[in-house]
Amino acid sequence: MNYVNQISVFVENKTGSLAQVTELLAEAGVDLRAFSIADTSEFGILRMIVDRPEIAEEVLKTAKATVVKTPVLAVRLEDKPGAMNHVMKVLAANSISVEYAYAFVSRDREFAYVVLRVDEPGSVAEVLMENGLQVLGNEELEKLQ
Amino acid sequence: MYWNQKCETMSREEMRALQSARLMDCVKRVYENVPVYKKKFDAAGIQPGDIKSIDDITKLPFTDKYELAENYPYGFFAVPMRDIVRIQASSGTTGKQKVLGYTKHDLELWGEVMARTLTAGGATSEDIVHVSYGYGLFTGGLGAHTGAETIGATVVPVSTGNTKRQIQILHDFGCTAICCTPSYALYIAETLAKMGMGPDDISLKYGFFGAEPWTENMRQEIERSLGIRAYDIFGLTEMIGPGVAFECDAHGGLHVNEDHFIPEIIDPDTCEPLPDGTPGELVFSSVTKEGMPLLRYRTRDICTITHEPCACGRTLARMSKPAGRTDDMLIVRGVNVFPSQIEAVLLDIDETSPYYMIYVDRVGVLDTMDIEVELRDGYPFDQVRRLQELSKRIKSAVESSLGIAANIRLVPVGTIQRSEGKAKHVVDRRNLK
Ligand SMILES: [Zn+2]
Repeated sequence: MNYVNQISVFVENKTGSLAQVTELLAEAGVDLRAFSIADTSEFGILRMIVDRPEIAEEVLKTAKATVVKTPVLAVRLEDKPGAMNHVMKVLAANSISVEYAYAFVSRDREFAYVVLRVDEPGSVAEVLMENGLQVLGNEELEKLQ
Repeated sequence: MYWNQKCETMSREEMRALQSARLMDCVKRVYENVPVYKKKFDAAGIQPGDIKSIDDITKLPFTDKYELAENYPYGFFAVPMRDIVRIQASSGTTGKQKVLGYTKHDLELWGEVMARTLTAGGATSEDIVHVSYGYGLFTGGLGAHTGAETIGATVVPVSTGNTKRQIQILHDFGCTAICCTPSYALYIAETLAKMGMGPDDISLKYGFFGAEPWTENMRQEIERSLGIRAYDIFGLTEMIGPGVAFECDAHGGLHVNEDHFIPEIIDPDTCEPLPDGTPGELVFSSVTKEGMPLLRYRTRDICTITHEPCACGRTLARMSKPAGRTDDMLIVRGVNVFPSQIEAVLLDIDETSPYYMIYVDRVGVLDTMDIEVELRDGYPFDQVRRLQELSKRIKSAVESSLGIAANIRLVPVGTIQRSEGKAKHVVDRRNLK
C-alpha cells in the first residue's frame, strides 16, 4: 500500500483551536511529521502527517474533535534542483489533478517529501513509481527518522 | 377509497357554500348561547347578521387557549349540560386542562371524520383494528375507537402498555390495522425484532399514527419494520381530537375535514390572513360542533395550506405537517422565521447533523442572521472546496425556504450544545446593549 494516512481536524476559526489539537497529540506522544492549515474566514482544516495515525485519530476522537483520516501520497524528492518539477510533470503528463500539496523533510534531513491529495491515490502511486519516484507507505512512514 | 365521497370531493364552490351556511349558523348559536362569545362579538362591534358568507370569517374575533383557561371548565359550552354526553380533556403541559364537551351529534361527527381517516388508508369493515392509543380523557384512544366502529371494523381496544402482550394480541387476534403514536409503532417494531419476529409474523396492513410530530424517515422505518403503509393523523382536543385532518396515499399533505373544521392561515403577528403556500399559524373554526364550537381558534401550529385538488381525487384542502409552534417565531428584517423551517432544510442535507443554532444580531439598522450548522459525524470534510460548496448549498436552501438570506457557518461535530428537554435554537442578540 503506497499511501499514508493523513489526519485532518476540522476546527472553528478562532484562537486556541489549533493549540488544543497539538497539545492532545503531544500528550499522547504522537510525533508530528508535517502539517498544513487550510482556512477560510469561518473554519480551518488542520492536516497532519504523524508517525502513528491510528493513535492520533483515537486520541482526537476521544476528545470529541471532528477528525477524518484521508489517504494521501508522500512522494520522496531527490535532493537536487528540479525534483519537485519532475513530480509535477509526471502528474500533468498523466492528467492527474492535485487537490492540495505540502512538503516536509525527514528528521535526518536526507530527504524531502511532498504530500499530495489526489483522487484514487492507489493508481496515482503506481504512475509515480513507474516514473522512478518513491512513494511512502504507512509502515515506512512510521520507521522514518 | 372514500368514506364520504360527496363531502370529500365536492367542488370549491359547493364547499364554500356549505361552509358559508354552517359558519352563519354557528355564529348565531354561539352568540345566543355562549356569553363569552356574545361579549367578544359585542366588543368587536359584530352582530351575527354581519356574517353573510365564508369570506366574512375574517371579521370574527379569534379564540385562544388563554380564554379557554379563563373559562375553565365549561365556559365555552354552547348547550345545556343535559345535552353533553361526553367530556374529554387534553393532557395540557402547563396550567389547566383544555376541556371539551361532546353532544351525541358531536360523537357521531367524530366517528365520521375518523371514518374518513381510516378509509383513506384502505381500512374497511373487514379489518381488525388494534387501538393502542391511551383510553381515557386523552382523545387518542376513544377517537380511533369510534372511527373504527363507524366503518364497521372489529375494534380491539388494547390501550397503552405491556408491549409484549400487545404483540401477542397483534399476532393471535390477526389485527390488520393499528392506531398509536409513531414512536410507539417504532417501539413495537423494535420489540417484535427482539422477540425474534418480523413483519411476516403479524397481519398488519396499515397504521394510523398521530398525537406527536414525526418525520418522513420515521414513516419509512415504520413501513419497513412492520410491513405496513403508514398514515398521519392530525387533530387537537379543542376541535374534536384526532380526525381534524388525515392523510391519503398521495402523501401530499393532510386533508382537512374542512366541511366541519374551516382552516385559515394567518400571520401570527399581524393576524392578517396569508395566501396558500405561505407558512403561518393554523386557525380552525369548528362550525358544526354543538357542544363546544370554537371560532377562529388559534392552534399555535405553523404550517402551510393548499386548496388545490389532490392526486387522490379529494378536493378537501391540504395542510402541511405542522413545522413548529408560533411561540418559537422570530422576526428578522420584517420576515417571520420559524426555527423549524431551518431544521427541515437541514434534514434534507445529508452532510450535516440536525443540530443548529441561529444567532440574530443588529448591525447598524440591519438584522443579520448567522446559522451554525454542525457537520455530520464522519463526513469526509478534508476538501475546502467541498465544504464551501456545502455551505453555499445550505445557504441557498435556507434562503429559498425563509425568503431571507442567512450566513452559514459550518462547525465541528459536538460544538452545538445538546439539551435534554426542549432544544434551544435561537440566540437573539439584538436587544443586548
Ligand atoms: Zn389526497
